[in-house]
Amino acid sequence: MLKQIVLSGIIVEESSAFTLDELSRACGKPEKWVIGLVDEGIIEAEGGDPRHWQFHGYCLRRVQIIQRLEADLGLNLAGAALALELLDEVETLRNRIAILEQ
Amino acid sequence: MEYKDYYKIMEVGRDASADEIKRAHRKLARKYHPDISKEVDAEAKFKEADEAYRVLKDPKKRATYDRIDPNLKSGRTFSPPPNWNAGAEFSGAEFNDPDGRVFSDFFEELFGRQRRSAHTESHAQFNSRGQDHHAKVQIAIEDAFTGATRSVNLQSPSLDDYGQSHLTQRTLNVKIPKGIKEGQQIRLSGQGAPGMGNGGRGDLYLEIHFNPHPFYHTEGRDLYMQLPVTPWEAALGATVKLPSPNGMLDLKISAGSNSGNKLRLKGRGIPGKQAGDIYITLTVVTPPATSDAAKALYQEMASTLAFNPRVKMGG
Repeated sequence: MLKQIVLSGIIVEESSAFTLDELSRACGKPEKWVIGLVDEGIIEAEGGDPRHWQFHGYCLRRVQIIQRLEADLGLNLAGAALALELLDEVETLRNRIAILEQ
Repeated sequence: MEYKDYYKIMEVGRDASADEIKRAHRKLARKYHPDISKEVDAEAKFKEADEAYRVLKDPKKRATYDRIDPNLKSGRTFSPPPNWNAGAEFSGAEFNDPDGRVFSDFFEELFGRQRRSAHTESHAQFNSRGQDHHAKVQIAIEDAFTGATRSVNLQSPSLDDYGQSHLTQRTLNVKIPKGIKEGQQIRLSGQGAPGMGNGGRGDLYLEIHFNPHPFYHTEGRDLYMQLPVTPWEAALGATVKLPSPNGMLDLKISAGSNSGNKLRLKGRGIPGKQAGDIYITLTVVTPPATSDAAKALYQEMASTLAFNPRVKMGG
């Protein structure tokens, strides 16, 4: 019988951080694009200049959504950022409704 | 192979102009975008619209597509006529797709399998780390409470020696860490796409979602649920059994409780450094008055209690 290998991972949102290089690789976009997100205030970086930046794990999901909205819907960065904030709000409201309707 | 009616998918007529097609695609893309829509099959519909748009926006591809008998019904088996594509030219470069997206068999039969430029680079001395892959995984809410090992089936596009993409299936056994929340991602190092040259493999990210549950709903680490109680349990107080993902718990209901009252069990939600809570909303359920004895009890309550819940409404 084949030995079953069980893989263990880490929870991204709770792990300390991504560097700029790691975050840009995880979403397959150039570093310049990620820097644009920081400039737009969509994600926050800690630590001085871009070479020492650290991003919290939860940034990854935000970055991925922005990336898909840009590519699939032809939104510009500001538009995608606005959509992301509204989506966050819709998500919170949907959750509230689900709890109330339960 | 199934015939795909791209015009029907795009909700446009066969004589639609390029502008109309573009507008239709924008509308569908917004409607079914997997990040926006909560419809179950949103992702499939989004991909279908994307594929239809790739064909209809390109005059050459659209002309090729239009040569197929339009009377074919969507979903019917389709075989391309001989020499159907004579005169049409498609270069491999047209099919570069950075997402490694995979198209329907119908699309690939008509326009060839997608080729990716990355392949040509692999012949050169070139070292590059493999792409990171992403996938969504559905688990039970209970798994977040106890931790679990789940097998995950993944389909990923890979390239063969001729630069053609294929779907490869693989199954991974993955440890779901205790305390994970809806929407969080697990990073599995080295389980992404293979690298080129001496580059290592990319990572695999699994986004965790909970299956809908008949009793529970989560928000972050907190668990919400409704608990039905009898009128006497609510009025007199009682200790009742509460089903929780951790097993049965004893819940004390204080005398004078009512429908809509909320109770909190601190730290009994999804575990973690800061464990979540369980929020319980009571629902008083009245027993049916089907027997004479039950009717007599209700009548006795009516005459003894003199209770009018509509008094504030002037009723």
